[in-house]
Amino acid sequence: MMRFLLIWLGLIALSAAHAIDPLPFVDQKQEQRFQAVATELRCLQCQNQNLADSDAALAKDMRLQIFEMMQKGSSDQQIKQYMIDRYGDFVIYTPPFNWQNAMLWLLPLLAALSGLSFVLLHFRAQPERKNTLNNDVAVNKADAGDNW
Amino acid sequence: MSAEAQLDITQAPRTNWLVLLPLFLVLGLGLLLALNLLQKKRDQDAGRDSKEVPSPLIGKPVPAFDTLDLVTGAAVSTKALRGQAFILNVWASWCAVCQIEHPVFNAYAKTPGALPVIGLNYKDAPDDAKRWIAQLGNPYNQIAVDENGKIGMDLGVYGAPETYFVDRDGIIRFKQIGEMTAQILATQTARMAGPR
Repeated sequence: MMRFLLIWLGLIALSAAHAIDPLPFVDQKQEQRFQAVATELRCLQCQNQNLADSDAALAKDMRLQIFEMMQKGSSDQQIKQYMIDRYGDFVIYTPPFNWQNAMLWLLPLLAALSGLSFVLLHFRAQPERKNTLNNDVAVNKADAGDNW
Repeated sequence: MSAEAQLDITQAPRTNWLVLLPLFLVLGLGLLLALNLLQKKRDQDAGRDSKEVPSPLIGKPVPAFDTLDLVTGAAVSTKALRGQAFILNVWASWCAVCQIEHPVFNAYAKTPGALPVIGLNYKDAPDDAKRWIAQLGNPYNQIAVDENGKIGMDLGVYGAPETYFVDRDGIIRFKQIGEMTAQILATQTARMAGPR
């Protein structure tokens, strides 16, 4: 069991190491920038992975493109725009706010607001309900002695 | 009944209506999602995959490339293609679906009124690609070599096969992701020949 676990862990470590190709970064700061941009972009071949995690051939090419653009002095925004121009808003995990994406952005807000309004209404109605409850208790006193 | 209890009854309708609001919101959301799901089903029936990413390049000029022909080694460029509509078919020898759709292009190239078909050999080993063409036939007027996938990236290619229909103004009018069919070729060819 232990050996199986070790092999399994080893395989995970291997795959993780494999996904990140060794690129000659200028300094650590650039590598961090690279990682940040790569995690914000989606791999289109394996759609639930970001570029930093994906081992797909296209993801490798896109990472290389990010790296090359960084060497040429492109800003993070320019790199992201470059990818959006080619692959559409879908490529980025934080899509811009426009009429096509309005639902995407507004729905969580709407859901939160409706939940909040429900809770507020519920608690505002509460004291009144308590009163009626007391009334019920008072009325029920007349039933005292009835065994039911 | 006491006065307080009566007050409660008169207030009840207003409160109830507002309390129902979240329910209506959820129902509305459910309806929206159901409609979306139906649309997806319709897309699937029409042969479109919901995983397909809509291309932002539709209606935009085809990205310029200047490369060499796989077979002849001659220059292949968008500049030389300007003024005529053409089909750009992204393929590779490692791509299984390309092999499936290849006979469709072979047949299309022989039909009268067919648009020139330009192949884009995407991220492939030239020797493998040449062998593939020799075995399966060559429907392409030219085959642009894109060994490192740079042209593919400019086109927003995220897999093979993908096929672009470029009009005579150099504008991408249609993109087929995945297998090409004779029917799509026929309808899109007719569209390219039309106005604009």
